[in-house]
Amino acid sequence: MSFRDDHELHKRRLGRNVGLALVLAGFIAIVFGLTVVKVTRGDYEPENAKVAN
Amino acid sequence: MSDASVNSQADFKEASFGDYFALLKPRVMSLVVFTALVGLLAAPNSVHPFVAFASILFIAVGGGASGALNMWWDADIDAVMKRTQSRPIPAGKVTRDEAFAVGITLSAFACIMLALASNLFAGALLAFTIFFYVVIYTMWLKRWTPQNIVIGGAAGAFPPMIGWAVATGGVSIESVLMFTLTFMWTPPHFWALCLFMKSDYKDAGVPMLHVTHGRRATRKHILVYTILLAIVAIGMAFTGVGGPIYLTTALILNGLFLAGAVSIWRRDEATAEADSYKREKSFFGLSLLYLFLHFGAILAEATLAPYGLGGW
Repeated sequence: MSFRDDHELHKRRLGRNVGLALVLAGFIAIVFGLTVVKVTRGDYEPENAKVAN
Repeated sequence: MSDASVNSQADFKEASFGDYFALLKPRVMSLVVFTALVGLLAAPNSVHPFVAFASILFIAVGGGASGALNMWWDADIDAVMKRTQSRPIPAGKVTRDEAFAVGITLSAFACIMLALASNLFAGALLAFTIFFYVVIYTMWLKRWTPQNIVIGGAAGAFPPMIGWAVATGGVSIESVLMFTLTFMWTPPHFWALCLFMKSDYKDAGVPMLHVTHGRRATRKHILVYTILLAIVAIGMAFTGVGGPIYLTTALILNGLFLAGAVSIWRRDEATAEADSYKREKSFFGLSLLYLFLHFGAILAEATLAPYGLGGW
């Protein structure tokens, strides 16, 4: 039994989907990282929030 | 999906991930990243490394988004010019509507995320930069006046100001000077390119200076703008972002750049044609190094300042 090679179009679509998945995963990591930095730095403490506004 | 439908769709040049990435003009994005990073690091306030990383990334995405909107609007011009014929839209890989969707979505995303990551002013300045590049330069100036890249060059000059704004939340004389350096550098850089790109802009009907006023006038303009650029670049050495490293770099580079501009000014078309625009091409190459090393020197001054080595 043999498997046929993927069509070039399928390979391109897979590449696009993997690329988009990596971008979304990266975005989640950045939002998480920013949240950690801002919370640990105390940006959202009531007194800091008042200064920021 | 049947094999028949796959084969029929394969005739269309369906885009790969890299084609969508190419819409963001990665080479221009690298300049945006570098100058914005220098602006951020040269600022007197320190920024958390992760916030700095995220901010530079969002500035890069904003810059890339404006590139996608530029390709959306200029698809007709890009299809005519040899230099741009392989871009995703004229190559038939991405449709104009897709480029518009990518550009507008990423623009909004980048501005909002930059405002959230750093401050509202930086986000607003990024939004203004995108507006300036897409609406003022691409839609209005580019097809209307030979001063298109003089005024439109402002769009490419904003990134160091945005980087500075990320750190300080505002504008200062130093950030305006970094803006002015790139702003004054853009005309001689592009006009040198125009001189050896021959008929590309003329074929596309873009009123570049050499198309409307001739090559002699363009050579004269390159010299005048290079002199003005040298005054700004060397003058910057005596401000808060300058120092001995910057002054030495600026003196050497502006000497070389002025010599190149004088050489271009003195040449006629017959001489330039005879050696395949060798001087114009080397001047263009030097212009890339010029901007990179000036901002590199500003970065060196800022990085070495805590050790008592940078600045005056």
